[in-house]
Amino acid sequence: MTSDDRHVAPSHSRWIFLHRRIHRETIIGWLFVLPALVMYALFVLQPLVLTVRYSFYKWNGVSPMTWVGLKNYVTIFQVPDLIGTIFNAFWLVMWFSFIPVGLGLVVASVIHRVATGRLGAIARTVLFLPQVIALVAAGIIWGWLLSLPGLVNQILKAVGLGAITHAWLGDFDWALPAVGLIGIWVLLGFCTVLLSTGMTKVDPSLYESARIDGAGWLSEFVAITVPLLRYEIGVCLTVTVIAALAAFDIVYVSTGGGPGNSTSVPGIQIYILAFSQRAIGLASALAVMLMILVIVVILPIQWLNRENKI
Amino acid sequence: MRVARGELWAGRSLLLALMAFMILPFISIFITALHPSGTVPSGLEWPADPQWGNFVEAFKVAEMPTLLLSSTFIVLAVVPVSLVISTMAGFAIGLLRIPGSSVLLSLFVFGLTLPFPGIIIPIYFLERAMGIYNTRLAIVLPLVALYMPFAVFWMRAHFVNMPTEISEAARVDGATTWQLFWRIHVPLARAPIASLGILMSIWTWNQFLLALVLVEDPTQRTMAGALGAYQGHYATNIPLLCAGTLLILLPTLVIFVLFQRQIIMALLQGSVKG
Repeated sequence: MTSDDRHVAPSHSRWIFLHRRIHRETIIGWLFVLPALVMYALFVLQPLVLTVRYSFYKWNGVSPMTWVGLKNYVTIFQVPDLIGTIFNAFWLVMWFSFIPVGLGLVVASVIHRVATGRLGAIARTVLFLPQVIALVAAGIIWGWLLSLPGLVNQILKAVGLGAITHAWLGDFDWALPAVGLIGIWVLLGFCTVLLSTGMTKVDPSLYESARIDGAGWLSEFVAITVPLLRYEIGVCLTVTVIAALAAFDIVYVSTGGGPGNSTSVPGIQIYILAFSQRAIGLASALAVMLMILVIVVILPIQWLNRENKI
Repeated sequence: MRVARGELWAGRSLLLALMAFMILPFISIFITALHPSGTVPSGLEWPADPQWGNFVEAFKVAEMPTLLLSSTFIVLAVVPVSLVISTMAGFAIGLLRIPGSSVLLSLFVFGLTLPFPGIIIPIYFLERAMGIYNTRLAIVLPLVALYMPFAVFWMRAHFVNMPTEISEAARVDGATTWQLFWRIHVPLARAPIASLGILMSIWTWNQFLLALVLVEDPTQRTMAGALGAYQGHYATNIPLLCAGTLLILLPTLVIFVLFQRQIIMALLQGSVKG
Protein backbone atom coordinates (compact mmCIF):
# COMPACT_ATOMS: atom_id res chain seq x y z
CA MET A 1 0.00 0.00 0.00
CA THR A 2 1.39 3.41 -0.92
CA SER A 3 1.46 6.24 1.56
CA ASP A 4 -1.27 8.40 -0.05
CA ASP A 5 -3.83 5.66 0.52
CA ARG A 6 -3.95 6.76 4.08
CA HIS A 7 -4.41 10.48 3.34
CA VAL A 8 -6.63 10.63 0.30
CA ALA A 9 -10.11 9.18 0.44
CA PRO A 10 -10.14 6.48 -2.22
CA SER A 11 -12.39 7.10 -5.17
CA HIS A 12 -15.03 4.61 -6.09
CA SER A 13 -12.95 2.84 -8.73
CA ARG A 14 -10.05 2.68 -6.33
CA TRP A 15 -12.19 0.91 -3.74
CA ILE A 16 -13.06 -1.73 -6.27
CA PHE A 17 -9.40 -2.10 -7.16
CA LEU A 18 -8.41 -2.53 -3.51
CA HIS A 19 -11.25 -4.87 -2.87
CA ARG A 20 -10.27 -7.03 -5.82
CA ARG A 21 -6.67 -7.07 -4.74
CA ILE A 22 -7.53 -8.23 -1.23
CA HIS A 23 -9.88 -10.78 -2.67
CA ARG A 24 -7.15 -12.02 -5.00
CA GLU A 25 -4.69 -12.33 -2.12
CA THR A 26 -7.16 -14.33 -0.10
CA ILE A 27 -7.57 -16.75 -2.96
CA ILE A 28 -3.81 -17.05 -3.44
CA GLY A 29 -3.38 -17.60 0.30
CA TRP A 30 -5.94 -20.36 0.31
CA LEU A 31 -4.23 -21.97 -2.67
CA PHE A 32 -1.11 -22.21 -0.50
CA VAL A 33 -3.06 -24.11 2.17
CA LEU A 34 -4.99 -26.25 -0.26
CA PRO A 35 -2.54 -29.16 -0.88
CA ALA A 36 -1.99 -29.75 2.84
CA LEU A 37 -5.68 -29.35 3.55
CA VAL A 38 -6.75 -31.76 0.80
CA MET A 39 -4.33 -34.48 1.96
CA TYR A 40 -5.41 -33.98 5.57
CA ALA A 41 -9.09 -34.07 4.64
CA LEU A 42 -8.75 -37.17 2.44
CA PHE A 43 -6.60 -39.37 4.67
CA VAL A 44 -7.30 -38.11 8.18
CA LEU A 45 -10.62 -36.28 8.46
CA GLN A 46 -12.49 -38.56 6.08
CA PRO A 47 -11.33 -41.74 7.89
CA LEU A 48 -12.22 -40.09 11.18
CA VAL A 49 -15.81 -39.51 10.03
CA LEU A 50 -15.97 -43.01 8.54
CA THR A 51 -14.75 -44.58 11.80
CA VAL A 52 -17.62 -42.90 13.63
CA ARG A 53 -20.03 -44.05 10.93
CA TYR A 54 -18.81 -47.66 10.94
CA SER A 55 -19.19 -47.76 14.71
CA PHE A 56 -23.00 -47.69 14.35
CA TYR A 57 -23.11 -50.68 12.01
CA LYS A 58 -22.55 -54.40 12.07
CA TRP A 59 -20.22 -55.16 9.18
CA ASN A 60 -17.69 -57.81 8.18
CA GLY A 61 -16.08 -55.64 5.52
CA VAL A 62 -17.64 -57.52 2.61
CA SER A 63 -21.42 -58.02 2.87
CA PRO A 64 -23.83 -55.07 3.26
CA MET A 65 -23.73 -53.10 6.49
CA THR A 66 -26.55 -53.39 9.05
CA TRP A 67 -27.48 -50.45 11.26
CA VAL A 68 -27.26 -51.42 14.95
CA GLY A 69 -27.32 -48.03 16.66
CA LEU A 70 -25.31 -47.95 19.88
CA LYS A 71 -25.16 -51.71 20.24
CA ASN A 72 -21.40 -51.91 19.53
CA TYR A 73 -20.70 -49.48 22.35
CA VAL A 74 -22.93 -51.43 24.72
CA THR A 75 -21.08 -54.62 23.76
CA ILE A 76 -17.73 -53.03 24.59
CA PHE A 77 -18.93 -52.16 28.08
CA GLN A 78 -20.40 -55.63 28.58
CA VAL A 79 -17.52 -57.81 27.37
CA PRO A 80 -14.71 -57.85 29.98
CA ASP A 81 -12.03 -58.51 27.34
CA LEU A 82 -13.00 -55.35 25.47
CA ILE A 83 -13.53 -52.89 28.30
CA GLY A 84 -10.46 -54.49 29.92
CA THR A 85 -8.28 -53.01 27.18
CA ILE A 86 -9.22 -49.54 28.43
CA PHE A 87 -8.19 -50.47 31.98
CA ASN A 88 -4.94 -51.92 30.68
CA ALA A 89 -4.31 -48.67 28.82
CA PHE A 90 -4.65 -46.74 32.06
CA TRP A 91 -2.29 -49.19 33.72
CA LEU A 92 0.22 -48.54 30.98
CA VAL A 93 -0.03 -44.78 31.65
CA MET A 94 1.46 -45.55 35.05
CA TRP A 95 4.50 -47.20 33.41
CA PHE A 96 4.88 -45.18 30.23
CA SER A 97 4.11 -41.82 31.77
CA PHE A 98 4.29 -41.42 35.55
CA ILE A 99 7.50 -43.38 36.08
CA PRO A 100 9.48 -41.86 33.17
CA VAL A 101 8.36 -38.33 34.10
CA GLY A 102 9.01 -38.84 37.85
CA LEU A 103 12.33 -40.61 37.34
CA GLY A 104 13.23 -38.17 34.57
CA LEU A 105 12.80 -35.28 37.01
CA VAL A 106 15.09 -36.97 39.51
CA VAL A 107 17.73 -37.78 36.89
CA ALA A 108 17.59 -34.30 35.36
CA SER A 109 18.11 -32.71 38.75
CA VAL A 110 20.95 -35.13 39.51
CA ILE A 111 22.62 -34.15 36.23
CA HIS A 112 22.09 -30.51 37.12
CA ARG A 113 23.71 -30.91 40.55
CA VAL A 114 26.53 -33.37 40.15
CA ALA A 115 27.19 -33.85 36.43
CA THR A 116 27.13 -30.53 34.65
CA GLY A 117 30.17 -31.43 32.57
CA ARG A 118 31.10 -34.24 30.24
CA LEU A 119 29.34 -37.03 32.19
CA GLY A 120 26.04 -35.16 32.03
CA ALA A 121 26.33 -34.63 28.28
CA ILE A 122 27.17 -38.28 27.66
CA ALA A 123 24.38 -39.42 29.97
CA ARG A 124 21.84 -37.32 28.11
CA THR A 125 22.88 -38.73 24.73
CA VAL A 126 22.95 -42.33 25.94
CA LEU A 127 19.59 -42.05 27.68
CA PHE A 128 18.12 -40.54 24.53
CA LEU A 129 19.31 -43.36 22.26
CA PRO A 130 16.23 -45.64 22.55
CA GLN A 131 14.04 -42.74 21.43
CA VAL A 132 15.31 -42.89 17.83
CA ILE A 133 15.11 -46.64 17.20
CA ALA A 134 11.91 -48.21 15.92
CA LEU A 135 9.52 -49.26 18.69
CA VAL A 136 9.30 -52.62 16.93
CA ALA A 137 13.02 -53.10 17.46
CA ALA A 138 12.65 -52.16 21.12
CA GLY A 139 9.92 -54.79 21.40
CA ILE A 140 12.04 -57.49 19.76
CA ILE A 141 15.15 -56.70 21.82
CA TRP A 142 13.25 -56.75 25.10
CA GLY A 143 11.25 -59.78 24.05
CA TRP A 144 14.54 -61.64 24.09
CA LEU A 145 15.95 -59.96 27.22
CA LEU A 146 12.82 -60.77 29.24
CA SER A 147 12.54 -64.36 28.06
CA LEU A 148 13.47 -67.30 30.29
CA PRO A 149 17.13 -67.56 29.17
CA GLY A 150 17.37 -63.77 28.65
CA LEU A 151 19.61 -61.22 30.27
CA VAL A 152 17.14 -60.08 32.94
CA ASN A 153 16.90 -63.53 34.45
CA GLN A 154 20.67 -64.00 34.11
CA ILE A 155 21.27 -60.89 36.17
CA LEU A 156 18.69 -61.95 38.75
CA LYS A 157 20.44 -65.31 39.12
CA ALA A 158 23.82 -63.63 39.37
CA VAL A 159 22.68 -61.52 42.31
CA GLY A 160 21.11 -64.49 44.05
CA LEU A 161 17.50 -63.90 43.08
CA GLY A 162 17.25 -67.03 40.95
CA ALA A 163 14.04 -67.97 42.74
CA ILE A 164 12.04 -65.17 41.16
CA THR A 165 13.02 -65.71 37.54
CA HIS A 166 10.08 -65.80 35.12
CA ALA A 167 9.28 -65.82 31.46
CA TRP A 168 8.22 -62.25 32.24
CA LEU A 169 6.24 -61.54 29.09
CA GLY A 170 4.42 -64.88 29.27
CA ASP A 171 3.24 -64.50 32.85
CA PHE A 172 -0.33 -63.32 33.51
CA ASP A 173 0.67 -61.12 36.44
CA TRP A 174 4.00 -59.87 35.15
CA ALA A 175 3.42 -59.31 31.44
CA LEU A 176 1.94 -55.82 31.77
CA PRO A 177 4.67 -54.48 34.07
CA ALA A 178 7.22 -56.10 31.74
CA VAL A 179 5.74 -54.23 28.77
CA GLY A 180 5.81 -51.16 31.01
CA LEU A 181 9.53 -51.64 31.56
CA ILE A 182 10.06 -51.47 27.79
CA GLY A 183 8.12 -48.20 27.80
CA ILE A 184 10.33 -46.82 30.55
CA TRP A 185 13.41 -47.76 28.54
CA VAL A 186 12.10 -45.93 25.49
CA LEU A 187 10.67 -42.83 27.15
CA LEU A 188 12.95 -42.10 30.13
CA GLY A 189 15.63 -40.40 28.05
CA PHE A 190 13.17 -38.20 26.24
CA CYS A 191 11.70 -36.95 29.53
CA THR A 192 15.11 -36.54 31.13
CA VAL A 193 16.56 -34.49 28.28
CA LEU A 194 13.47 -32.32 27.94
CA LEU A 195 13.35 -31.60 31.69
CA SER A 196 17.09 -31.14 31.84
CA THR A 197 16.93 -28.53 29.06
CA GLY A 198 14.11 -26.80 30.93
CA MET A 199 16.25 -26.74 34.04
CA THR A 200 19.06 -24.85 32.34
CA LYS A 201 16.58 -22.03 31.68
CA VAL A 202 15.84 -21.63 35.39
CA ASP A 203 17.65 -18.61 36.85
CA PRO A 204 20.84 -20.09 38.38
CA SER A 205 20.77 -17.55 41.20
CA LEU A 206 17.73 -19.36 42.59
CA TYR A 207 19.77 -22.53 43.01
CA GLU A 208 22.77 -20.52 44.23
CA SER A 209 20.82 -18.85 47.01
CA ALA A 210 19.14 -22.13 47.93
CA ARG A 211 22.53 -23.77 48.27
CA ILE A 212 23.93 -20.88 50.30
CA ASP A 213 20.98 -21.41 52.63
CA GLY A 214 22.16 -25.01 52.88
CA ALA A 215 19.30 -26.59 50.96
CA GLY A 216 19.84 -30.28 50.27
CA TRP A 217 18.95 -32.14 47.09
CA LEU A 218 15.41 -32.90 48.24
CA SER A 219 14.39 -29.43 49.37
CA GLU A 220 15.91 -27.92 46.22
CA PHE A 221 13.98 -30.48 44.16
CA VAL A 222 10.63 -29.84 45.83
CA ALA A 223 10.92 -26.07 46.25
CA ILE A 224 12.55 -25.03 42.97
CA THR A 225 12.83 -27.73 40.33
CA VAL A 226 9.30 -29.15 40.28
CA PRO A 227 7.34 -25.86 40.50
CA LEU A 228 9.47 -24.07 37.90
CA LEU A 229 9.36 -26.95 35.44
CA ARG A 230 5.57 -27.23 35.42
CA TYR A 231 5.41 -26.41 31.73
CA GLU A 232 8.01 -29.01 30.73
CA ILE A 233 6.38 -31.57 33.02
CA GLY A 234 3.08 -30.90 31.25
CA VAL A 235 4.69 -31.47 27.85
CA CYS A 236 6.29 -34.74 29.03
CA LEU A 237 2.97 -35.92 30.45
CA THR A 238 1.13 -35.11 27.21
CA VAL A 239 3.59 -36.95 24.99
CA THR A 240 3.94 -40.01 27.23
CA VAL A 241 0.22 -40.33 28.01
CA ILE A 242 -0.58 -40.39 24.30
CA ALA A 243 2.21 -42.96 23.83
CA ALA A 244 0.61 -45.14 26.53
CA LEU A 245 -3.02 -44.87 25.47
CA ALA A 246 -2.26 -45.32 21.77
CA ALA A 247 0.41 -48.01 22.33
CA PHE A 248 0.61 -50.56 19.55
CA ASP A 249 4.07 -51.43 18.20
CA ILE A 250 5.75 -52.50 21.45
CA VAL A 251 2.80 -54.57 22.62
CA TYR A 252 2.18 -56.17 19.23
CA VAL A 253 5.77 -57.36 18.93
CA SER A 254 6.52 -58.32 22.53
CA THR A 255 3.29 -60.02 23.66
CA GLY A 256 0.62 -59.59 20.97
CA GLY A 257 -1.78 -58.71 23.80
CA GLY A 258 -1.29 -61.96 25.66
CA PRO A 259 -1.06 -64.07 27.65
CA GLY A 260 -4.85 -64.21 27.58
CA ASN A 261 -5.78 -60.55 27.36
CA SER A 262 -3.45 -59.43 30.13
CA THR A 263 -1.56 -56.91 27.96
CA SER A 264 -4.28 -56.21 25.41
CA VAL A 265 -4.63 -52.46 24.85
CA PRO A 266 -7.17 -50.67 22.61
CA GLY A 267 -4.74 -50.38 19.66
CA ILE A 268 -4.10 -54.13 19.65
CA GLN A 269 -7.76 -55.03 20.13
CA ILE A 270 -8.83 -52.70 17.30
CA TYR A 271 -6.32 -54.41 15.01
CA ILE A 272 -7.43 -57.92 16.00
CA LEU A 273 -11.16 -57.13 15.80
CA ALA A 274 -10.89 -55.40 12.44
CA PHE A 275 -8.28 -57.42 10.59
CA SER A 276 -8.53 -60.95 11.97
CA GLN A 277 -12.09 -61.22 13.29
CA ARG A 278 -13.59 -58.90 10.69
CA ALA A 279 -15.83 -57.20 13.26
CA ILE A 280 -15.45 -53.79 11.66
CA GLY A 281 -18.29 -52.11 13.56
CA LEU A 282 -17.11 -53.26 16.96
CA ALA A 283 -13.49 -52.35 16.17
CA SER A 284 -14.60 -48.89 15.03
CA ALA A 285 -16.60 -48.33 18.22
CA LEU A 286 -13.49 -49.15 20.24
CA ALA A 287 -11.49 -46.80 18.01
CA VAL A 288 -13.95 -43.97 18.69
CA MET A 289 -13.72 -44.65 22.41
CA LEU A 290 -9.92 -44.57 22.22
CA MET A 291 -9.94 -41.21 20.45
CA ILE A 292 -12.38 -39.72 22.96
CA LEU A 293 -10.31 -41.14 25.80
CA VAL A 294 -7.13 -39.47 24.54
CA ILE A 295 -8.86 -36.10 24.23
CA VAL A 296 -10.49 -36.39 27.66
CA VAL A 297 -7.16 -37.21 29.31
CA ILE A 298 -5.07 -34.68 27.37
CA LEU A 299 -7.36 -31.64 27.64
CA PRO A 300 -6.91 -31.05 31.40
CA ILE A 301 -3.12 -31.34 31.05
CA GLN A 302 -3.12 -28.81 28.19
CA TRP A 303 -5.33 -26.52 30.20
CA LEU A 304 -3.04 -26.55 33.20
CA ASN A 305 -0.12 -25.91 30.88
CA ARG A 306 -1.70 -22.91 29.25
CA GLU A 307 -2.36 -21.32 32.63
CA ASN A 308 1.23 -21.93 33.64
CA LYS A 309 2.58 -20.22 30.60
CA ILE A 310 0.80 -16.92 31.23
CA MET B 1 30.82 -26.90 43.96
CA ARG B 2 28.83 -26.95 47.17
CA VAL B 3 27.67 -30.52 46.81
CA ALA B 4 28.45 -33.13 49.44
CA ARG B 5 30.84 -35.91 48.48
CA GLY B 6 28.32 -38.63 49.28
CA GLU B 7 25.73 -37.02 47.07
CA LEU B 8 28.27 -36.67 44.28
CA TRP B 9 28.96 -40.39 44.27
CA ALA B 10 25.32 -41.39 44.73
CA GLY B 11 24.31 -39.18 41.81
CA ARG B 12 27.04 -40.40 39.51
CA SER B 13 26.32 -44.03 40.36
CA LEU B 14 22.67 -43.49 39.49
CA LEU B 15 23.64 -42.02 36.11
CA LEU B 16 26.05 -44.87 35.37
CA ALA B 17 23.44 -47.45 36.34
CA LEU B 18 20.86 -45.87 34.04
CA MET B 19 23.35 -45.67 31.19
CA ALA B 20 24.02 -49.38 31.66
CA PHE B 21 20.25 -49.98 31.56
CA MET B 22 20.11 -48.20 28.19
CA ILE B 23 23.20 -49.80 26.63
CA LEU B 24 23.08 -53.39 27.95
CA PRO B 25 20.17 -54.44 25.71
CA PHE B 26 22.20 -53.53 22.62
CA ILE B 27 25.28 -55.37 23.89
CA SER B 28 23.18 -58.39 24.78
CA ILE B 29 21.64 -58.78 21.31
CA PHE B 30 25.02 -58.14 19.69
CA ILE B 31 26.61 -60.99 21.65
CA THR B 32 23.59 -63.21 21.10
CA ALA B 33 23.86 -62.58 17.37
CA LEU B 34 27.35 -64.13 17.39
CA HIS B 35 26.19 -67.48 18.76
CA PRO B 36 25.66 -70.44 16.41
CA SER B 37 22.44 -70.11 14.45
CA GLY B 38 19.54 -72.04 16.00
CA THR B 39 20.98 -72.30 19.51
CA VAL B 40 19.52 -70.61 22.58
CA PRO B 41 22.43 -68.76 24.17
CA SER B 42 22.30 -67.32 27.64
CA GLY B 43 22.76 -63.73 28.66
CA LEU B 44 26.08 -62.03 28.19
CA GLU B 45 28.23 -65.06 27.53
CA TRP B 46 30.84 -64.42 24.81
CA PRO B 47 30.60 -67.34 22.34
CA ALA B 48 33.55 -69.72 22.06
CA ASP B 49 33.49 -69.37 18.32
CA PRO B 50 31.91 -66.06 17.25
CA GLN B 51 29.71 -66.59 14.19
CA TRP B 52 30.24 -63.39 12.23
CA GLY B 53 28.63 -65.19 9.32
CA ASN B 54 25.24 -64.73 11.04
CA PHE B 55 25.26 -61.14 9.91
CA VAL B 56 25.93 -62.19 6.33
CA GLU B 57 23.14 -64.73 6.48
CA ALA B 58 20.69 -62.28 8.08
CA PHE B 59 21.66 -59.76 5.41
CA LYS B 60 20.66 -62.30 2.77
CA VAL B 61 17.49 -63.76 4.29
CA ALA B 62 16.17 -60.36 5.34
CA GLU B 63 16.76 -59.15 1.77
CA MET B 64 18.48 -56.08 3.17
CA PRO B 65 19.27 -54.34 -0.14
CA THR B 66 15.62 -54.56 -1.18
CA LEU B 67 14.45 -53.35 2.22
CA LEU B 68 16.87 -50.44 2.25
CA LEU B 69 15.72 -49.42 -1.20
CA SER B 70 12.05 -49.75 -0.28
CA SER B 71 12.41 -47.75 2.92
CA THR B 72 14.53 -45.11 1.23
CA PHE B 73 11.97 -44.82 -1.55
CA ILE B 74 9.16 -44.30 0.96
CA VAL B 75 11.15 -41.68 2.88
CA LEU B 76 12.04 -39.87 -0.36
CA ALA B 77 8.41 -39.86 -1.41
CA VAL B 78 6.97 -38.79 1.94
CA VAL B 79 9.40 -36.24 3.33
CA PRO B 80 9.90 -33.74 0.44
CA VAL B 81 6.19 -33.65 -0.37
CA SER B 82 5.27 -33.17 3.29
CA LEU B 83 7.88 -30.44 3.68
CA VAL B 84 6.69 -28.47 0.65
CA ILE B 85 2.97 -28.57 1.33
CA SER B 86 3.27 -28.01 5.09
CA THR B 87 5.65 -25.09 4.60
CA MET B 88 3.22 -23.53 2.13
CA ALA B 89 0.30 -24.01 4.54
CA GLY B 90 2.31 -22.73 7.51
CA PHE B 91 3.28 -19.67 5.45
CA ALA B 92 -0.32 -18.87 4.53
CA ILE B 93 -1.62 -19.41 8.08
CA GLY B 94 1.25 -17.86 10.04
CA LEU B 95 2.48 -15.07 7.75
CA LEU B 96 -0.19 -14.16 5.22
CA ARG B 97 -2.84 -14.63 7.96
CA ILE B 98 -5.48 -15.39 5.38
CA PRO B 99 -9.12 -15.10 6.50
CA GLY B 100 -9.98 -18.30 8.37
CA SER B 101 -6.41 -18.82 9.63
CA SER B 102 -7.40 -19.51 13.21
CA VAL B 103 -10.05 -22.03 12.18
CA LEU B 104 -7.56 -23.78 9.90
CA LEU B 105 -4.97 -23.86 12.66
CA SER B 106 -7.42 -25.38 15.14
CA LEU B 107 -8.43 -27.95 12.56
CA PHE B 108 -4.82 -29.06 12.07
CA VAL B 109 -3.98 -28.93 15.80
CA PHE B 110 -6.97 -31.14 16.53
CA GLY B 111 -5.24 -33.82 14.45
CA LEU B 112 -2.33 -33.89 16.91
CA THR B 113 -4.47 -35.78 19.40
CA LEU B 114 -5.62 -38.49 16.98
CA PRO B 115 -4.05 -41.89 17.70
CA PHE B 116 -3.13 -43.80 14.50
CA PRO B 117 -5.07 -46.96 15.49
CA GLY B 118 -8.22 -44.81 15.65
CA ILE B 119 -8.39 -44.12 11.91
CA ILE B 120 -6.56 -47.08 10.39
CA ILE B 121 -9.70 -49.12 9.57
CA PRO B 122 -11.28 -46.70 7.06
CA ILE B 123 -7.85 -46.02 5.53
CA TYR B 124 -7.63 -49.73 4.76
CA PHE B 125 -11.03 -49.79 3.01
CA LEU B 126 -10.41 -46.49 1.21
CA GLU B 127 -7.14 -47.79 -0.21
CA ARG B 128 -8.72 -51.06 -1.33
CA ALA B 129 -11.32 -49.00 -3.18
CA MET B 130 -8.63 -46.77 -4.70
CA GLY B 131 -6.63 -49.79 -5.81
CA ILE B 132 -3.43 -48.76 -4.05
CA TYR B 133 -3.59 -51.37 -1.27
CA ASN B 134 -0.37 -53.41 -1.03
CA THR B 135 1.73 -50.82 -2.87
CA ARG B 136 4.21 -48.35 -1.39
CA LEU B 137 1.74 -45.59 -2.20
CA ALA B 138 -0.54 -47.13 0.43
CA ILE B 139 1.97 -46.06 3.08
CA VAL B 140 3.08 -42.81 1.44
CA LEU B 141 -0.28 -41.05 1.02
CA PRO B 142 -1.71 -41.55 4.54
CA LEU B 143 1.68 -40.81 6.08
CA VAL B 144 1.92 -37.42 4.33
CA ALA B 145 -1.59 -36.65 5.59
CA LEU B 146 -0.88 -37.86 9.13
CA TYR B 147 2.17 -35.60 9.36
CA MET B 148 0.19 -32.50 8.37
CA PRO B 149 -1.07 -31.53 11.86
CA PHE B 150 2.41 -31.55 13.32
CA ALA B 151 4.21 -30.18 10.26
CA VAL B 152 1.80 -27.31 9.61
CA PHE B 153 1.82 -26.42 13.28
CA TRP B 154 5.63 -26.49 13.32
CA MET B 155 6.07 -24.31 10.23
CA ARG B 156 3.35 -21.89 11.30
CA ALA B 157 5.20 -21.43 14.61
CA HIS B 158 8.21 -20.29 12.59
CA PHE B 159 6.36 -17.97 10.20
CA VAL B 160 4.22 -16.34 12.86
CA ASN B 161 7.39 -15.00 14.50
CA MET B 162 8.88 -13.52 11.33
CA PRO B 163 9.00 -9.71 11.42
CA THR B 164 6.45 -8.23 8.98
CA GLU B 165 9.00 -5.65 7.72
CA ILE B 166 10.65 -8.30 5.55
CA SER B 167 7.43 -9.04 3.69
CA GLU B 168 6.50 -5.38 3.39
CA ALA B 169 9.86 -4.50 1.89
CA ALA B 170 9.50 -7.27 -0.66
CA ARG B 171 5.97 -6.15 -1.50
CA VAL B 172 7.14 -2.59 -2.12
CA ASP B 173 9.68 -4.05 -4.55
CA GLY B 174 6.75 -5.65 -6.35
CA ALA B 175 7.24 -9.29 -5.37
CA THR B 176 4.33 -11.64 -5.99
CA THR B 177 3.12 -13.89 -3.19
CA TRP B 178 4.92 -16.86 -4.71
CA GLN B 179 8.21 -14.90 -5.02
CA LEU B 180 7.80 -13.69 -1.45
CA PHE B 181 7.42 -17.30 -0.37
CA TRP B 182 10.02 -19.04 -2.51
CA ARG B 183 12.73 -16.37 -2.83
CA ILE B 184 12.58 -14.79 0.61
CA HIS B 185 10.84 -16.85 3.24
CA VAL B 186 11.85 -20.40 2.34
CA PRO B 187 15.59 -19.57 2.49
CA LEU B 188 15.00 -17.90 5.86
CA ALA B 189 13.16 -20.99 7.14
CA ARG B 190 15.96 -23.42 6.30
CA ALA B 191 16.65 -24.38 9.94
CA PRO B 192 13.10 -25.35 10.97
CA ILE B 193 12.57 -27.09 7.62
CA ALA B 194 15.73 -29.15 8.14
CA SER B 195 14.70 -30.17 11.68
CA LEU B 196 11.25 -31.12 10.48
CA GLY B 197 12.80 -33.15 7.66
CA ILE B 198 15.01 -35.10 10.08
CA LEU B 199 12.04 -35.81 12.35
CA MET B 200 9.76 -37.01 9.57
CA SER B 201 12.51 -39.19 8.08
CA ILE B 202 13.01 -41.01 11.39
CA TRP B 203 9.27 -41.38 11.96
CA THR B 204 8.77 -42.73 8.43
CA TRP B 205 11.65 -45.18 8.69
CA ASN B 206 10.20 -46.43 11.99
CA GLN B 207 6.55 -46.50 10.94
CA PHE B 208 5.04 -49.88 11.70
CA LEU B 209 1.24 -49.92 11.95
CA LEU B 210 0.57 -48.51 8.46
CA ALA B 211 3.05 -50.93 6.92
CA LEU B 212 1.55 -53.88 8.80
CA VAL B 213 -2.05 -53.15 7.83
CA LEU B 214 -1.70 -51.69 4.36
CA VAL B 215 1.13 -53.66 2.76
CA GLU B 216 1.29 -57.46 2.88
CA ASP B 217 4.57 -57.79 1.01
CA PRO B 218 7.45 -57.06 3.46
CA THR B 219 9.77 -55.97 0.64
CA GLN B 220 7.42 -53.07 -0.12
CA ARG B 221 7.35 -51.87 3.48
CA THR B 222 9.25 -49.48 5.72
CA MET B 223 12.22 -50.78 7.69
CA ALA B 224 10.19 -51.22 10.87
CA GLY B 225 7.40 -52.98 8.99
CA ALA B 226 9.88 -55.39 7.42
CA LEU B 227 11.40 -56.04 10.84
CA GLY B 228 7.98 -57.08 12.10
CA ALA B 229 7.68 -59.62 9.30
CA TYR B 230 11.26 -60.80 9.86
CA GLN B 231 10.45 -61.44 13.51
CA GLY B 232 7.48 -63.55 12.44
CA HIS B 233 9.75 -65.83 10.41
CA TYR B 234 12.72 -66.10 12.76
CA ALA B 235 11.07 -65.95 16.19
CA THR B 236 12.60 -69.30 17.09
CA ASN B 237 16.10 -68.71 15.72
CA ILE B 238 17.30 -66.23 18.31
CA PRO B 239 20.86 -65.53 17.04
CA LEU B 240 19.61 -64.87 13.53
CA LEU B 241 16.74 -62.71 14.84
CA CYS B 242 19.23 -60.63 16.82
CA ALA B 243 21.59 -60.31 13.85
CA GLY B 244 18.75 -59.18 11.59
CA THR B 245 17.42 -56.72 14.16
CA LEU B 246 20.87 -55.17 14.53
CA LEU B 247 21.30 -54.85 10.77
CA ILE B 248 17.91 -53.20 10.44
CA LEU B 249 18.74 -50.85 13.35
CA LEU B 250 22.15 -49.95 12.01
CA PRO B 251 21.12 -47.12 9.65
CA THR B 252 19.13 -45.35 12.39
CA LEU B 253 21.97 -45.76 14.89
CA VAL B 254 24.52 -44.35 12.43
CA ILE B 255 22.28 -41.39 11.64
CA PHE B 256 21.77 -40.76 15.35
CA VAL B 257 25.49 -40.81 16.10
CA LEU B 258 26.19 -38.45 13.20
CA PHE B 259 23.38 -35.97 13.84
CA GLN B 260 22.68 -36.52 17.54
CA ARG B 261 22.62 -32.83 18.44
CA GLN B 262 20.20 -31.87 15.66
CA ILE B 263 17.99 -34.89 16.28
CA ILE B 264 17.71 -34.30 20.02
CA MET B 265 17.06 -30.59 19.48
CA ALA B 266 14.43 -31.27 16.84
CA LEU B 267 12.60 -33.87 18.92
CA LEU B 268 12.56 -31.60 21.95
CA GLN B 269 11.41 -28.51 20.09
CA GLY B 270 8.80 -30.61 18.36
CA SER B 271 7.26 -31.71 21.61
CA VAL B 272 7.38 -28.30 23.25
CA LYS B 273 5.73 -26.66 20.26
CA GLY B 274 3.21 -29.46 20.02
